[in-house]
Amino acid sequence: MKLKQLETLLGDLQQFTTPKVELEQYPTGPHIASRLLYTAENSFDDISNKVVADFGCGCGTLGAAAALLGAELVIGIDIDPQSLEIASMNAEDLELDIDFVQCDISNLGWRGQIVDTVVMNPPFGTRKKGIDMDFLFVALKVASQAVYSLHKTSTRDYIKRTSLRDLNASSAEVLCELRFDVPQLYKFHKKKEVDIAVDLWRFVPKRSQVKDN
Amino acid sequence: MRLLTHNMLSSNIKGVTKGFPLKIEVEKVVEKQVEINHDFLRNIFPKIDWKAFSDAARTMGYVELPEQAPDPSVLESDLDFLTKFHHALLELHLEEGALVCPETGRKFPVNKGIPNMLLHEDEV
Repeated sequence: MKLKQLETLLGDLQQFTTPKVELEQYPTGPHIASRLLYTAENSFDDISNKVVADFGCGCGTLGAAAALLGAELVIGIDIDPQSLEIASMNAEDLELDIDFVQCDISNLGWRGQIVDTVVMNPPFGTRKKGIDMDFLFVALKVASQAVYSLHKTSTRDYIKRTSLRDLNASSAEVLCELRFDVPQLYKFHKKKEVDIAVDLWRFVPKRSQVKDN
Repeated sequence: MRLLTHNMLSSNIKGVTKGFPLKIEVEKVVEKQVEINHDFLRNIFPKIDWKAFSDAARTMGYVELPEQAPDPSVLESDLDFLTKFHHALLELHLEEGALVCPETGRKFPVNKGIPNMLLHEDEV
């Protein structure tokens, strides 16, 4: 599938109807989502025929993109039931089989590293400090191959240092810098639309070096 | 929820040391056809907890899988086995029912195929 085609399909997905500020629910736009998954598939072979988990999946954009690119199993995990309902409908509209689980990523109970790749657009931690690193910590425990994640560019040094030192990453690489446009969703947003600089990261978990296949 | 997902999920209630495998209570199972991918099945096979998987399949009403993990050589030659493995792993969905913590008996409901694994405040 071509990048443009992927972006168009994702552009038709339904997004949050009443976003919850405490969960930092911002839709992952089709531009960013398509690029994240396209890079994971075409530069690193991390998506097709793989087990992919979408952490904090929201309306399921990243997971849907993974399924469209040929992931064998996609699991979308989110704490919010309304988001999961929209994500299920989105998957159905695109005729994609995606498993959804309602769970707080910080308390996720998980066996082994059967998931190959985690993709996520985690909360940036502007409302609940440290939640972005909680997501990354769990993702690097669950994934055997790679974790793709978006983080504010302003936190680049901190992310790099912490993921390598404390979070079981053997490598942490910024693949590109993107503009994340946050539409005016909430009352406290004064400007109509803001652009935030975000980094697209690829982390490799340590244990993946002893691959079992 | 498919059985491959079930093979990874575990109860994470505070104090629970062995939260895997979650028992399944079935109200409704649905089947959805998926194209078979032999290479994927060969890759995933060594990572599956076979006992948990075959027990889960039986609970869901599918009795064609061996109770003991078969020798990996069947993955090369036995098309019949691959078809059954594929079916149980990726085509059976628990649509309505519950997952039950093996240690505490706490039920996690499954509605419209989505297990609710959220913990109460005193379980975290």
